[in-house]
Amino acid sequence: MSSEHVVSVKLYAAIFGALLVLTLSTAGVAFIDLGGNLNTIVALCIAVAKAMLVILFFMHVYYSSRLTWVFVGAGFFWLMIMLALTIADTVSRNWLSATN
Amino acid sequence: MSDSSAIHAHQFDDAAQQHEASWLGMWVFLATEVMFFGGMFLGYTVYRSAYPDAFAGASNHLDIVLGTINTAVLIFSSFTMALAVRSAQLGAGKPTIIFLILTMILGAVFLGIKFTEYYVKFEEHFVPGSAFAYPGPQAPAAEIFFSFYFAMTGMHALHMIIGEGLLTTLVIKTVRGRFSGLYNTPVELIGLYWHFVDIVWIFLFPLLYLVGRHLQ
Repeated sequence: MSSEHVVSVKLYAAIFGALLVLTLSTAGVAFIDLGGNLNTIVALCIAVAKAMLVILFFMHVYYSSRLTWVFVGAGFFWLMIMLALTIADTVSRNWLSATN
Repeated sequence: MSDSSAIHAHQFDDAAQQHEASWLGMWVFLATEVMFFGGMFLGYTVYRSAYPDAFAGASNHLDIVLGTINTAVLIFSSFTMALAVRSAQLGAGKPTIIFLILTMILGAVFLGIKFTEYYVKFEEHFVPGSAFAYPGPQAPAAEIFFSFYFAMTGMHALHMIIGEGLLTTLVIKTVRGRFSGLYNTPVELIGLYWHFVDIVWIFLFPLLYLVGRHLQ
């Protein structure tokens, strides 16, 4: 079918290898105290990198139409709205009482 | 495209348009799944910011070795799923069946390890409820952590079990010769679902297993 893109086994294997390396590095770096919230930030950055590899190649989004990109992006954009607005509320709740 | 025109439903112009519509529909479903799991990740974030030390301490009671092995097992299953989809796209029935069954076996290994972990947590009285027991003054907040742990990994495991059922239907359909190089959309879409469940675990693993390791 013309709209299908068949990805090579070599590329899939490279993605698989990269995902394994990232898994071992995130488990390893978790034992090093980076200070502050940096451990969580690094762990989430690695998780996002792994998710991007899965979405773009295993889930074929890299080879998909621009319309597919909009659908995929919309899902994560709405997730970001939910996270950002809620966290903005819970983080700032005691700011007023601290100044009073 | 003349030979593939026979396999598209009448509301579509051609097979390519039908294929595109199927993928978009699946992504709409996955967007609702992103929001579903997103709500739990949000709850986790709010309570972890309220009780960071208790969450880190409780997280260290999880088995990092089993967690890491399970992450690798699930990534391996995503790899075999990608190869199953590739075989289906090429119209190769036998490799499709082999890779689908390999994916199911790896999924079952993941669930087996997960339930072993659950068993240990039951033995240790870390399951929230009347039998919950946790040393120290952080017990109430640790109970919240374990509530999120069981809710999120349990919901993830339920998705895995549903995925195993979906893969079973794919194996049966492939054996019966329902798919070809021209029509294999169900294999592709269930592949998307399987990879999505993998992505959920990619975020669950660091947030549940790794957050307190540097404080040990």
